[in-house]
Amino acid sequence: MSSLFNYTLRIADSSLILGQRMSEWCSKGPTLEEDIALSNIALDLFGQANGFYEYAALLDGKKSADELAFLRNEREFFNHQIVELENGHFGNTIVRNFLHDAFSFLFYTQLANSKDETLAALARKSLKEVKYHLRHSSNWLIRLGDGTEESNEKVQTSLEENWQFIGELFEMDEIDTKLLNAGIGVDNTALKSGWDDIVNNTLKKAKLSRPEDGYMATGGKKGMHTEYLGFLLAEMQFLQRAYPDAKW
Amino acid sequence: MQNGNTNKIWELLNTVPDPEIPVISVVELGVVRDVSFLESTYIISITPTYSGCPAVKTFTDDITNCLQENGIENFKIKKVYSPAWTTDWMSKQTKEKLRNYGIAPPSKTVICPRCNSKNTALISEFGATACKALYKCTGCLEPFEFFKCI
Repeated sequence: MSSLFNYTLRIADSSLILGQRMSEWCSKGPTLEEDIALSNIALDLFGQANGFYEYAALLDGKKSADELAFLRNEREFFNHQIVELENGHFGNTIVRNFLHDAFSFLFYTQLANSKDETLAALARKSLKEVKYHLRHSSNWLIRLGDGTEESNEKVQTSLEENWQFIGELFEMDEIDTKLLNAGIGVDNTALKSGWDDIVNNTLKKAKLSRPEDGYMATGGKKGMHTEYLGFLLAEMQFLQRAYPDAKW
Repeated sequence: MQNGNTNKIWELLNTVPDPEIPVISVVELGVVRDVSFLESTYIISITPTYSGCPAVKTFTDDITNCLQENGIENFKIKKVYSPAWTTDWMSKQTKEKLRNYGIAPPSKTVICPRCNSKNTALISEFGATACKALYKCTGCLEPFEFFKCI
């Protein structure tokens, strides 16, 4: 498995899994407009994932984009753990998305300068959409944090609960380092200060306090996941597993 | 049509309507990026508006049908991502068509397509399709769609 293939797959996996989580909101949104918003975000994320999977499939030459999405097991997925966490209540979804959107925004901004033309093109495309997602999650976070006592308390709790999953976003492993040195990949560690700025500014506006750094979960990029991913895949992959090659 | 006349292809493509906004064509929307003729084959490059836009599949099918109906079989449709699609590619005429259709065209100031009032308010960042947001006019009180600038 080439490093570039693996690197591309990681990006695709994080988009796909977060997209699947967003699609779970379809028909369950708190208001009609928000239902449409969350489903639209799901579509963007699936589209982004598809672009990266198609490129990964091209690099690999063995599995198609669909096979990569629907016929791999839990341990073969390399997404960040934060995107696989259950949606919980609406405020919790907003917190989780906000933390990841801020990262994606900075990540794609850098990847847009990649020496790999395909990754750079996909990053520039994704960046336009992710900017919009970040605006959506930031606005809601401010509205909920600076809302009622109850909404503030709920999102503050979600913030504390999700915090242990942010450490992984800024990690560098041997694949990241190899591609960074080749001028293809992104220096995740260097994204942290920009991320801190976005998060601190938004939390201040939202009247929320930044949690203390404590234990940080890790392993998503190595195929280690929370117990939630297996259930997500079971639902997402059911059709292709039960009726292989089914088409409509 | 084996002679490599790409102008003719552009003309035909300009008759293929956007599946969701039928008053403008796929060319006017800026989805068709390039038509070239290489080794007896027309290469039609298209770019998605939004990554996950479900209309991309329909664009591809509609373009295929249109060309085949006009007796053209020697073509390939290629998906390109760079440069990323932008509403800046839309001409004034295209924007005017959108406005007449009841969709506020992409611009810095969101103007009500019905009464031209600049007093408008955002209802939702997202609308019925990925490319639109929902607004309402505080002048005539009508809700309307706004084609987002990206």
